[in-house]
Amino acid sequence: MWAFIVKRLLLMIPLLVGITLVSFVVIHLAPGTPVELQTTMSPKVSLEAQKRLRELYGLDQPLHIQYWNWLKRMVFLDFGLSFSPDRRPVWDKIKERLPVTITLNLLSLLIILGVAIPIGVLAAVRPHSWFDRATTLLVFFGFSMPTFWLALLLMMFFGVYLDWLPISGLTSLGYLHFTWWQKIQDLVAHITLPVLVAAFGGLAGMSRYMRANMLEVIRQDYITTARAKGLPERTVIFKHALRNALLPVITMLGLSVPGLIGGSVIFESIFSIPGMGQLFYGAVMARDYPLVMGELVIGAFLTLLGNLLADVGYALVDPRIRAE
Amino acid sequence: MRRREFWARFRRNKMAMSGLLLVGGMFLVSFFAPWLAPYDPSQIDLKEALLPPSAKHWLGTDPLGRDVLSRIIYGSQVSLKVGFVAVGLATLIGLVVGAVAGYYGGWVDLVLMRFVDLMLCFPSFFLILAVIALLEPSIWNIMVVIGLTSWMGVARLVRAEFLSLKEREFVEAARALGASDLRLILRHLLPNAMAPVMVNATLGVAGAILTESALSFLGLGVQPPTPSWGNILTAGKDNLEIAWWLSLFPGLAILVTVMSYNLLGEGIREAIDPRLKD
Repeated sequence: MWAFIVKRLLLMIPLLVGITLVSFVVIHLAPGTPVELQTTMSPKVSLEAQKRLRELYGLDQPLHIQYWNWLKRMVFLDFGLSFSPDRRPVWDKIKERLPVTITLNLLSLLIILGVAIPIGVLAAVRPHSWFDRATTLLVFFGFSMPTFWLALLLMMFFGVYLDWLPISGLTSLGYLHFTWWQKIQDLVAHITLPVLVAAFGGLAGMSRYMRANMLEVIRQDYITTARAKGLPERTVIFKHALRNALLPVITMLGLSVPGLIGGSVIFESIFSIPGMGQLFYGAVMARDYPLVMGELVIGAFLTLLGNLLADVGYALVDPRIRAE
Repeated sequence: MRRREFWARFRRNKMAMSGLLLVGGMFLVSFFAPWLAPYDPSQIDLKEALLPPSAKHWLGTDPLGRDVLSRIIYGSQVSLKVGFVAVGLATLIGLVVGAVAGYYGGWVDLVLMRFVDLMLCFPSFFLILAVIALLEPSIWNIMVVIGLTSWMGVARLVRAEFLSLKEREFVEAARALGASDLRLILRHLLPNAMAPVMVNATLGVAGAILTESALSFLGLGVQPPTPSWGNILTAGKDNLEIAWWLSLFPGLAILVTVMSYNLLGEGIREAIDPRLKD
């Protein structure tokens, strides 16, 4: 098992280097040098800041040396200072917002699994039943729903019309003076809509995937064997089939990480949630390049991490993978 | 007679046919927008601002008094353009990368496919936003950026098709007759690999329309005064408490359009290979 993990970790290194290379290319895509671009677009940038910028990018040096220097800083999580008036290090800004985004995304993953797996299994057990048809239609609906529109509709209905749930931020005004029970209630009320919106995007794909897995497994010989030896259908489905159909879901979870992280830009900026997505949106609007680059690298790193965890998880539950 | 079989199967599929009809309808709406729209979509009339739906303005008006129905009708042009140009670009890149990787194999394949893996590591919405931050947000930049960040699926598909096709006898025969690499790729391999690419492209249009509307909604896509479904919704968000019609109708337009491309794509997929149904 350890050999497997070490191998996966080593495989990650070239990908990580590649990620930084692509990010580096992206920032050099801009017409003109980053420094000119900054200074022509923002009159707020002082001469001193210009100089620091030039030093940050080392623009007087050849491109490969620039990249090498940039990479060295990246290893120590040094993404430079933000262009915003507070001039804080980019990493500090990202660090304080990561837990919010990761928690919300984990919660929505739990909802996705909790809803999509039963739907997929029930649809696969009775293909072409009314339930299967209804969920197929719902899946098309889910694939086609713009999540930001869903967020608007939910805000309008639960936030404005019914006035049940708050529609922005993570906490209410007097949060600091609440008792711990009130604090929990307040937090739950604030994150309900964002988490539902974030989960919705992944539901359709996951339930479709689960249905396909389950149909595939039910076709296998060992299921026929299990039925032939007279096991009750319940045991066949939930013990023999479901366990095997669940395995690939781990991979799917890893693959859904980039979508979730990307989606957090949308739901966090709509619901004004102080997470990575909202930070990124603000950085893009303010053309805060160091922050944009830092977020891009961290976002890709989280994706890699998600894939790694999925691979390791899969290897843990399925010995066939480890043997490869 | 594969084409006739395809049509026979496609026509029997109710969901696919409704997708096709809706997509056709959308094309007509955007081509005939100037005749269909009751008002000039950018005509400002502050006296008429934020009016709810009525006989005069079927879908109400926005904060500048512009007719929402007319803006939605014109907005369909943006979706159509972005959908097709972005997907065209993505498909072209994907075809070239996938064909070269699959045909030549070896280290070329290794390098190209590792690059595909690499591009898939980036949350694509992050990458798109980062590039938009560097360039100016405009409809052209959006098309290019969506295209440049969504070709990886096509590349993988084409490569997989090529890997199996190039071992087949008809390719061997063509090679024995002295066909060049380029001729083999363009005349013999590519046409046989196009079916899954078409399905992918149709579904890709749906994805591109969703991405464009999300970007425009965030103010990083099509810029006002050009109407797009996403930027009408921005006004909807700002007036959430007083103007439900601004949020409801443009979103419905996105939902219906995206769904019709998804239905069409799945319909084509099932008509090409009925086994895929399950």
